[in-house]
Amino acid sequence: MDVLQTDVVIVGAGGAGLRAAIAVAEADPALSVTLISKVYPMRSHTVAAEGGAAGVIKENDSLENHFNDTIGGSDWLADQDAVEFFVEQAPKELTRLEHWGCPWSRDPDGRVAVRPFGGMKIERTWFAADKSGFHILHTLFQTSMKYPSIKRLDEYYTTDLLLEDGRAVGVLSHEMRSGKPVVVLGKAVILCTGGAGRVFPFTTNGAIKTGDGMAMAYRAGVPLQDMEFVQYHPTGLPGTGILISEAARGEGGILVNKDGYRYLQDYGMGPADPWPRKKAMELGPRDRLSQSFWQEQQKGRTIQSKWGDVVHLDLRHLGEKKINERLPFIRDLAKSYVGVDVVTAPIPVRPVIHYTMGGIASDITAGTPLPGLFCAGETACVSINGANRLGSNSLAELLVFGKVAGEAAARLARSVPAPSEASALAQAKAHRARAEALVDGSRGTEAVATIRRDMMATMESGCGIYRTQEGLEQTCTTLRDLRRRYRDVKISDRSWVFNTDLTQALELGAMLEIAETMALSALLRTESRGAHQRLDHPQRDDAGFLTHSMAWRQGDEPPRIDYKPVTITKSQPAARVYGGAAS
Amino acid sequence: MSNTTTVTLEVLRYDPERDQEPRFQSFEVPYDEDWVVLDALNWIKDNADSSLTYRWSCHMAVCGSCGMVVNGEEKLTCKAFLRDYLGRGPIRVEPLRNFPIERDLVVDMEGFMAKLESVKPWIIREEEKPVEDGEYIQLPKQLKRFKHHTLCINCLLCYSACPQVGLNPGFIGPAALALAHRYNLDSRDQGRHERQEVTGSADGVWECTFVSACSEVCPKHVEPGGAIQEQKIANSVDWFLDHLIPGRSNAGRTKE
Amino acid sequence: MSRRPYTPKMTYGWWLDRPFYTRYMIRELSSAFVTAYSGLLIIGLWRLAEGEAAWNGYVSALSHPAALVFQGVALLFALYHTVTWFAVTPRTTPVIVGEDFLPPQPVIIAQYAAWIFASAVIIGAALWF
Repeated sequence: MDVLQTDVVIVGAGGAGLRAAIAVAEADPALSVTLISKVYPMRSHTVAAEGGAAGVIKENDSLENHFNDTIGGSDWLADQDAVEFFVEQAPKELTRLEHWGCPWSRDPDGRVAVRPFGGMKIERTWFAADKSGFHILHTLFQTSMKYPSIKRLDEYYTTDLLLEDGRAVGVLSHEMRSGKPVVVLGKAVILCTGGAGRVFPFTTNGAIKTGDGMAMAYRAGVPLQDMEFVQYHPTGLPGTGILISEAARGEGGILVNKDGYRYLQDYGMGPADPWPRKKAMELGPRDRLSQSFWQEQQKGRTIQSKWGDVVHLDLRHLGEKKINERLPFIRDLAKSYVGVDVVTAPIPVRPVIHYTMGGIASDITAGTPLPGLFCAGETACVSINGANRLGSNSLAELLVFGKVAGEAAARLARSVPAPSEASALAQAKAHRARAEALVDGSRGTEAVATIRRDMMATMESGCGIYRTQEGLEQTCTTLRDLRRRYRDVKISDRSWVFNTDLTQALELGAMLEIAETMALSALLRTESRGAHQRLDHPQRDDAGFLTHSMAWRQGDEPPRIDYKPVTITKSQPAARVYGGAAS
Repeated sequence: MSNTTTVTLEVLRYDPERDQEPRFQSFEVPYDEDWVVLDALNWIKDNADSSLTYRWSCHMAVCGSCGMVVNGEEKLTCKAFLRDYLGRGPIRVEPLRNFPIERDLVVDMEGFMAKLESVKPWIIREEEKPVEDGEYIQLPKQLKRFKHHTLCINCLLCYSACPQVGLNPGFIGPAALALAHRYNLDSRDQGRHERQEVTGSADGVWECTFVSACSEVCPKHVEPGGAIQEQKIANSVDWFLDHLIPGRSNAGRTKE
Repeated sequence: MSRRPYTPKMTYGWWLDRPFYTRYMIRELSSAFVTAYSGLLIIGLWRLAEGEAAWNGYVSALSHPAALVFQGVALLFALYHTVTWFAVTPRTTPVIVGEDFLPPQPVIIAQYAAWIFASAVIIGAALWF
């Protein structure tokens, strides 16, 4: 088996991974970086982010405002030291990206423009029309090419972390186009592998978002934190789940039910006018908006469409000029996928799975409980997002903590010796044997597609916008059964050249474990907070649950869940206030 | 066509471990008026043949993974609706042209990645501005000048459509040259002369004969064909001025 | 466990695969006729410089049926070349006026206007003298 010795190993080449790689290269050009990704960097899902990235830059704003919005948005589950650091660093990172060529939209005077976003008291979201993630990703990717110390392994699928004396010392990957395994050893490992929205059937997430890195860390004994908090974005296209950016509401779009009524005023977001108004109505936080849809649906006030129940997102009053300038992608997507020209008709939308607030337990240093292992981006739970992430904080987060992770890994790499090959190779061979058994000797009977479909179905039925004990118990039972069936998974493809049957099977293995942490953490959190809403426990319970849940893997058994206190520095838990009371 | 219940896909298959050369395989796929070609491929993979090999991710025409040739035309398969192909026989799905076929619908794009890097697609400046000094001022019309060239998703439809890429595999090609132009035009950049060493080389802009098939198939209206012609003009003007005005070429160059 | 990428060969008839390519090749071919006709004009100048007899021989050669056919074909190709070239010019020289790009139509119309004007001047001059 080939062994590659490097200083810093990074898995995942989306926004966070690329930012981390550049940080290492800038910290010390003598350090070698190996950046591994299962797709070419520009395919990473950062590409699909639309609305923008939050960072305080305008004179009418302050870091304290951004801090308070984020903490309130998180329903006080975010760690306040991390949020304070995050809001300080975000503007610097966004400016740095500007220097690297990101085509941010501009004010008439040539300065960077900002737009309002949900749950934010003041407009502070930097944007590049409505393809902000696309431009951030491509800017980072193109910039990364100028650093000779960054060596990429594109389309290498990473299956396992390798350990030595309780430290992360590398990974086992295989080149997808040949199937050839490679052990990549380093003095530090950074996971930037994104979220796991694909455990649900209806999601904005691309096919690649299968939580591989979360599962890798989890299997290596690292806890997954706050996994019950999964964000529904309130406005996805029905049928496909394609994201219709919050920017559509930031620019003034409104949501109406079948009576043409702006129903959000019935759920603590009103009054409806004056409009637009920050932190009110359509500019409320995503959890509240998605929950309001569900409530409207219960009342029979949503709109019946051929794709099921929807509400209407109306942008007509913005006018064609503004729509073309600020929301051209939205116009294109709506036209292509639901046949609606947003200039002349409202868009049918419904809530859709969008983001995993939870992830690998991490902190302000981007470190994890496993020495030598760092993480950043959606795969990490720092946590700056707590129980509900505010729109436009995630793009800023992957920059801020991508850089932190890269710099921390660089520091570590300069201070520890290179790991030995023998122990890592032995582990790698054991891991590799499982993949080889799947491809060369599989006699399984359970189709990947069937188990995956059943997993998605049970996650949607039990782990959706509103949850109950009964539903969650059912989902936990089903997932346990699916994990058992997965042990008999069938791979029909016997080739080692670009075997996507194998890739999908490995991804499914990761997703099943992640789904189980989500469902069990949700079952045990007998309160309602942010994106986790229990019909049988409708109140927030600060005495019992102002804590991060930590899921620890227990082999084939369901995870053990314990709890870690939330870091509170200057903002004591209070009621979340939106609408008229917020202004 | 509302009573259509199935469609036939003829998909190019190539298994390097078994096939000497590619062949076509037909699949009967359920028809749904909202389905795109990619949905049909996913149906095949989940229900008929899990070894079918292709790339995809975002399903919203922005990640650039799923470019293929559908009935002879380059398409993002996540945006090519089955309903637009009804009544014209089987839908033929092939990998992008002008690339080696790795397997089935997956092509080898390592060559493209090297070309992309060769044009130095990053901001080149003599002096970096400290982050503490804030952003560069860029007027909306300065942004407008190059913005459309930033929209490339690297889907490679243009390389598949460009006969010059087919005739000379070394040609840097539409997307990479458009990206070079994007940075040349950016008011924050000073690297045009440095990039011209690559874009003005034998495999650069002069290899383009302005077929402009690239611009025709581009799903994001990046206008690579125009970007290359503009560079021919800019490179020529620079060449003349460099020879007319002593010292100009050195002054215009950034430090290595 | 082995890669063996398959590289398809480009056929000699690739330009017949799509109407778009074929139109492109006709445009490329048209250059040959435009060039040949330009050569014919240069020969005319050369003949003119040699004296009246040479010029008259040149003019009568141009009236030969084969020469007439060539001139007709060359005219068609020249027209094709001109029209297709005018259509793509806006792509090669984008112009920003105010905050936005000039749309293609005015550029195309301006080219036709210049063409008609130049033709009118030449024809007018020929009739005048």
